[in-house]
Amino acid sequence: MTLLIGALTVGLILALLALGTYISFRIFHFPDITAEGSLTLGAAVSASLIVMHVNPLLTCLMAFFAGSLAGICTAIIHTRFKINGLLSGILVMTALYTVNLHVMGKSNVSLSNTPSVFSVCQPGIACFSDQSGFRVLGWFVNGMEFFMLIFNLLLIVGFTLLLFWFFRTNTGTAMRATGDNQQMIRALGVDTSLMIMLGLGLSNGLIALSGALLAQYQGFSDVQMGIGMLVWGLASVIIGDALVDSKSLGFLLTGAVLGSVIFRLLVAVALQWGLDPNDLKLITAVFVLAALVLPGMIGKMKKKGGAC
Amino acid sequence: MLSIKNLSKTFHPGTVNEVKVLQDICCLVEEGSFVVLVGSNGSGKSSLLNAIAGVFYCDSGQILLDGRNIARLPEHRRAAWIGRVFQNPFTGTAPGMSIAENLSLASKRGGRRGLGPALSAAALADFREKLRPLNMGLEDRLHSPIGKLSGGQRQALTLLMASLRKPRLLLLDEHTAALDPTTAARVVHLTGEIVRNGGITAMMVTHSMQQAARMGDRLLMLHRGKIIHDFSGQEKQQLKAADMAGLFEEVRKKELIDPAAARLLQSRYV
Repeated sequence: MTLLIGALTVGLILALLALGTYISFRIFHFPDITAEGSLTLGAAVSASLIVMHVNPLLTCLMAFFAGSLAGICTAIIHTRFKINGLLSGILVMTALYTVNLHVMGKSNVSLSNTPSVFSVCQPGIACFSDQSGFRVLGWFVNGMEFFMLIFNLLLIVGFTLLLFWFFRTNTGTAMRATGDNQQMIRALGVDTSLMIMLGLGLSNGLIALSGALLAQYQGFSDVQMGIGMLVWGLASVIIGDALVDSKSLGFLLTGAVLGSVIFRLLVAVALQWGLDPNDLKLITAVFVLAALVLPGMIGKMKKKGGAC
Repeated sequence: MLSIKNLSKTFHPGTVNEVKVLQDICCLVEEGSFVVLVGSNGSGKSSLLNAIAGVFYCDSGQILLDGRNIARLPEHRRAAWIGRVFQNPFTGTAPGMSIAENLSLASKRGGRRGLGPALSAAALADFREKLRPLNMGLEDRLHSPIGKLSGGQRQALTLLMASLRKPRLLLLDEHTAALDPTTAARVVHLTGEIVRNGGITAMMVTHSMQQAARMGDRLLMLHRGKIIHDFSGQEKQQLKAADMAGLFEEVRKKELIDPAAARLLQSRYV
């Protein structure tokens, strides 16, 4: 049960990463690898500030802004200097590695015995039961873990609704159009550079927040924790697309969140069955490759079959 | 009113690929007039529209729209006064978004966008009314994506979008060139209606001599970045497609004579 709740919680925390990836990959149509740096940046900023006794909630806010700044850097390199989007992301990601080391002062920061945003869950447990947990269908559930899950669930639902609202406003619609047809939306008076800046800022802010929450949940931040995270986010988005099978914005956002949770569950089950954690990134990469290639190949085979 | 003064633009200056697309262009477009631009490939007619729209900045000269020099403003700022329809039906609309969303984007052209809902009930009702005169049944398909529409439907929609907020200037860049003859005729008809009913000042580039003869109240012929003919009023009304073909032929002959004469001179004197 603890394993299940743990997997769900991490899945929900990483759903912010999935939402951020959705913005860069699905709306602006380029996989923004800044994500790998900004996730760690969020964790680094939050952990370093918590160690300095700053309010954990405030550190999350700071992490969001730090991530946004990283995203804006990528956007400026891409739009102002006309550098390829992928390369812009790689440049900022590489630079962030050093920034993260400097923010933390070392390669990792431990958060044991420090407060976290999840501390707000403690009073909740106290009024729910006097023990450290309760039983559901005979399974023992750790109260703290359970409330962290609920906390994250509410948080993600909140952010998903916020994005759903935003992308249906006039500015949000213009942002989506920027990804769809830049020439058209410029002719309709929208500053596309500004839109890309706002969009990547929002995307990387969410991803950094995801990193901050992850660091607080797992009790440490590490300079390596961002590696492979973009592919993780892509996997979530792709699973989500397959899951909802719809073009409507609300479904796609919900899909990204569900994709993240399901992917985390699958990984947890695989690890439980004895999958070597070292193989995880290779398997994730192969999974994303298959998800990108297979639909086209199946379509082709169907066409060939039809012709014969 | 649009006033263009000494507008020049050279692409790749100082290289073998140097192209003088606009050479000291001067012209005055009166309020409410409909100017048709013709010319052979590379004559600079599309470049002139793009220069006015701000796709690129010109090397020198002024573009005065209602007395304001817009030559140094970026494309998205000029969009506040300029509506555009492109040659490629895919250019003027966002394919992944719905008809209603595209109209909503166009209804805010050049204005502040803010955080209000893009698709309010009032806006949807308004879009439905605006789509009805197109006679394409689009008013019942507000939420279907643009990607599902035909080229003709897209161009009609782009025309509607460009005029949804009345522009001070409408630029039409060969907007029927990619359509089949029947659809092109419908879009041409619609163009005439929108421009006339709205009293819109418009400039249209076309390769079709029929269109050039029948539409508009003024005709400019461009060649090598210069305006070489300017017909308006009675003169324009009497101009036939055949006359224009003759003008084109004249230009083509001049082109041919130059190299031939050069060769002749070379053989004689070198």
